[in-house]
Amino acid sequence: MSLEVNIEKKLDGFTLRAAFTAGNTSTALLGASGCGKSMTLRCIAGILKPDRGRIVLDGRVLFDSAQHIDLPPQQRGVGLLFQNYALFPNMTVEQNILCGLKAEKDPAARRAACAEMLRAMRLETLAKRYPAQLSGGQQQRAALARILVGKPRILMLDEPFSALDSYLREEVEGEVGSLLANFAGTALLVTHNRDEAYRLCKEMIVLNEGQVLRAGRTKEVFADPQSIAAARLTGCKNILPCTPLDSRTVRMDGWGTTLRLTLPVPAGCTAVGIRAHDFTPCATDAPNAIPVKAVSTSENPFDWNLICTSPEGTAQLWWKVGKTSLSAAAPEPPQYLCAAPESIMPLKG
Amino acid sequence: MDWYPLWNSLRIALISCAAVFFLGIFAAYYIARLPRVVKGVLDVLLTLPMVLPPTVVGYFLLLLFGAKRPLGIFFMQHFGVKLVMNWYSAIFASIVVAFPLMYRTARGAFESFDETLAWSAQTLGQSDTWIFWRVRMPACRQGILAGTVLAFARALGEYGATSMIAGYTPGKTATIATTVYQLWRTNDELGAMRWVLVDIAISAVVLLAVNLLEKKQKAGARK
Repeated sequence: MSLEVNIEKKLDGFTLRAAFTAGNTSTALLGASGCGKSMTLRCIAGILKPDRGRIVLDGRVLFDSAQHIDLPPQQRGVGLLFQNYALFPNMTVEQNILCGLKAEKDPAARRAACAEMLRAMRLETLAKRYPAQLSGGQQQRAALARILVGKPRILMLDEPFSALDSYLREEVEGEVGSLLANFAGTALLVTHNRDEAYRLCKEMIVLNEGQVLRAGRTKEVFADPQSIAAARLTGCKNILPCTPLDSRTVRMDGWGTTLRLTLPVPAGCTAVGIRAHDFTPCATDAPNAIPVKAVSTSENPFDWNLICTSPEGTAQLWWKVGKTSLSAAAPEPPQYLCAAPESIMPLKG
Repeated sequence: MDWYPLWNSLRIALISCAAVFFLGIFAAYYIARLPRVVKGVLDVLLTLPMVLPPTVVGYFLLLLFGAKRPLGIFFMQHFGVKLVMNWYSAIFASIVVAFPLMYRTARGAFESFDETLAWSAQTLGQSDTWIFWRVRMPACRQGILAGTVLAFARALGEYGATSMIAGYTPGKTATIATTVYQLWRTNDELGAMRWVLVDIAISAVVLLAVNLLEKKQKAGARK
């Protein structure tokens, strides 16, 4: 069971060139708003027609411009959850779910499948309600039930939590997480939120301006994003320009400090990424010690943010320190900060 | 009092309203998907009867359907039907002037329709016909209902083009609108007043019915 996508589509302002495969697991499509991730889902679902390319799901060709194959969405067996859930407002939850049972004609079997899905999604008491009478989380469960009852081969979720209040989000995320983990088939989660991608998906694909920047196991992508854009999307605060010296060392531009890395420095490396949590205060002669001057401190509920500049004030970096309690005191402004060689990520472009 | 104009006006308005209902929805649905330039041109052409003086519409209709014009001759020869100066001639006039109202309101409703509803129905395997009748039309029913009422009211009140293509023959082509004018012209002020009151009563009843219908639908959706 797998999905193969290799498509090209001209969109407003850029060309989407999505080429990736996704296995029988949950895969995140991470990218900034307007990078083409929702468009990719729509191409897979058959709502949007790519200019050229090929889409194969479980060995079945859904789209192939060379062979003039373009299955209509009705025949693709694809489940797509829209950002706004797209429940039919003129139908009850039950009627909405029955709409997902197009293939099943026998009335008794339809009722049974619908009742089972209502129970599985904890919607029994809401069966006769209209979508407008449901909370955001309930609407999402109803929309998921409507999709899952038809047993799709692939489950695609388009920013599933963006319409929810933040306090609801964590609760719903847990439910969707177990659903994704238990789904027997390929699942794609489109999100611009790196934390969601990290928590919910084992694999991830980073998209930027219609291009796949990086694909792989989520933890590997976070540890080694390889490009500046991918590092930013995975939430790296410090992208520090540098000049490579040899295969394991770089000189930081504007700081004059030389850093040793565990990862090999590739040709064309222009910067290093260091996550704001990965710094520790250190002595002058410690390895990878960077001389800093703290210029501002701000407090979050669970960590401190320190903005530090180089002694000349020409370049800056962020240091985040976790707090042990809400009332923990601010850290001493450091003279030197160091980063472990394995936490420094060489970046291209 | 001869009630013929009332009966004639009602049947003309009902028939043309029914025709405009389907024509307007059909045009709105398909034209909304056309390329922009074609859409713009068709939009102007189809909306023109709303802004033109009704006499200009009547002039064009006579050019097409007149007894000595191609279509008029064709229908006379093949079906023995005279398209002008009959009671049903007014239907052509009513359709043309009422159409833009239905078309424009229906198009507005279709354009504000949330297309993700149709897309999600497609991915669930539902046919486009099903989507049209079960999702799109119910979601747009407020606009379509409004358009239908406006079209009916406009067809009922049609005077200019009707008087040109159907004329005024008591007991044959007379409608409420043309009767009011004829009675006034022949100094029967009281007779004209009677038909004015009838017309106001019908219009008020129609609008009231729509208001009640909307309230009922809203209450039904809330339950």
